[in-house]
Amino acid sequence: MQLYEHTAAELSRMLQSREVSSVEVVRSFLERIDQVDSYLKAFITQTPVTALDTAGEIDSRRMRGENLHPLAGVPVAIKDNISTMDLRTTCASRILGNYIPPFDATAAAAVKRAGMPILGKTNLDEFAMGSSTENSAFFPTRNPWDPQRVPGGSSGGSAVAVAAGMAPLALGSDTGGSIRQPASLCGVTGLRPTYGRVSRYGLVAFASSLDQIGTVSLNAFDSALLLNLVAGHDPLDSTSLPGAVPDYTAGLEPGTKGLRVGVISYSSTEGFDPEVTETVQKAAALLEEHGAEVGEVSLSLTDYGLSAYYLIAPSEASSNLGRYDGIRYGYSAAGDNIETMFSRTRGEGFGPEVKRRVMIGTYALSAGYYDAYYLKAMQVRTLIRREYEKAFKKFDLLLGAASPTPAFKIGEKIGDPLQMYLSDVCNITDSLAGVPSLAVPGGFHSSGLPLGLQLTARPLQEQLLLKTARFFEAYRGQVSLRPGLEFIEKGGGSSAV
Amino acid sequence: MPVDFGKEVDYVAHLARLSLEPEEKECLAGQLSEILETARRIQELDTAGVEPTSHVTELPAVLRDDSVRPSLPLNRALQNVPQREKSFVKVPRITASELEQD
Repeated sequence: MQLYEHTAAELSRMLQSREVSSVEVVRSFLERIDQVDSYLKAFITQTPVTALDTAGEIDSRRMRGENLHPLAGVPVAIKDNISTMDLRTTCASRILGNYIPPFDATAAAAVKRAGMPILGKTNLDEFAMGSSTENSAFFPTRNPWDPQRVPGGSSGGSAVAVAAGMAPLALGSDTGGSIRQPASLCGVTGLRPTYGRVSRYGLVAFASSLDQIGTVSLNAFDSALLLNLVAGHDPLDSTSLPGAVPDYTAGLEPGTKGLRVGVISYSSTEGFDPEVTETVQKAAALLEEHGAEVGEVSLSLTDYGLSAYYLIAPSEASSNLGRYDGIRYGYSAAGDNIETMFSRTRGEGFGPEVKRRVMIGTYALSAGYYDAYYLKAMQVRTLIRREYEKAFKKFDLLLGAASPTPAFKIGEKIGDPLQMYLSDVCNITDSLAGVPSLAVPGGFHSSGLPLGLQLTARPLQEQLLLKTARFFEAYRGQVSLRPGLEFIEKGGGSSAV
Repeated sequence: MPVDFGKEVDYVAHLARLSLEPEEKECLAGQLSEILETARRIQELDTAGVEPTSHVTELPAVLRDDSVRPSLPLNRALQNVPQREKSFVKVPRITASELEQD
């Protein structure tokens, strides 16, 4: 077994017992990246030199007997919308193509403080707007289970990095499913924590009332390790939640006795692959077999939630993205007056999906339409929160699919924005409600592609999500969750897509 | 009632300070009409008297202490400025352009 095939927890143990050095671990991941990433394209920027430097430093500190963080020496990949000081942070946008942050996001600072070598910055849909990573201004990322297919998005690069053994852990961000949907499509575990649990400071803003940093990992325990590191109150983010952070790795023994589980029934399952629905039913049956009380919960507002989301998120985006004006940072187009300069900079700097959302948002916020669109959508958000509150009176946990379909083909939906938006239908209402939600591998489609389950709990109940994910892991059996990547070894390479 | 975005595109693009090519405008007009048509479905819901949710945390406005903290040094803060002269940011004339608009 190669070092890059280990989980973060295993690597942590091997490092602490000095079975391996961090330099050896990082080298193994760097070699793996060299082997497969020119094909999969998970990384926008690779940082092998600084990763090895950090690893070397951690190794010598360990030799000196210093007390180190459990994740010290365990490498990590970071989504390229999380600011990293002196390391290019592009948001996969032309407008930030050369942007070098002068400061670290709080989550990035935590990773550095713990001594985790950063392997690089991962690809995403431009400004995290999308569900396939095809909206990257640089290149699409490929799904390691089938290179003709998308990895999901927007945290597609982070999901692929972990799925293909290029990083044991990754940070992502989730606004309307951007961690859970790609995790589902790539067969890895993705956690969107409660809104406010992880500081957003330094996360390049898309839709501030929905954006949340979270984890991508091989299993729930690894998520807990990384969440321990990044969760907590931050005075630099006024929306971060005060209050103590529990040890998320504690109390994760799988236990489902008496757990009240609501299986989500949608008003319409149009567009759902029948095998997805079947996988959810099997998971519910397994829980019931092990002592859970399983019932049905109707989230009748889901379709309206999607509509509300595609007004609220673009509205916030149109406001947040007002900062890209070519004056203080980023791409700057020439113009003989300031107005031309602004418009050209933004017209040339933003890609099609970003323009679409800025236009929708600007429209929804403009005079005469505000009440009918934005205000109404915020009221619908309240109705959705109430629906969740009602569901959580009866159930401790909601179970559903993390994506209505397995990974779709590259190019399949990119020309039809509405179809693309529908691929987040399972994820969006959780985001609107602000509750924590986790995607865990639930099985395989007959095509061989992974399918994800989605678990949702009350605010700050991340431990229940992790614990239940551990339950599913325990009953998974000896199924390999590693894609074979035979297409790379065969050299089918660059002509495949 | 279908939402006709065709007439609005120029106006909204101006509000958003977004220069668009003619093909982009045409494409956007169709797509945005379709998206807004779907988004309008929320009108079916009765929201009379429902408080809007702009934020889920229900935290009060958070104020920080009015104390001096270290901030980015000037050179760091200006390191990404596209057009710079010493410690100034260079921009096209603003006053003239505003006069022209009126």
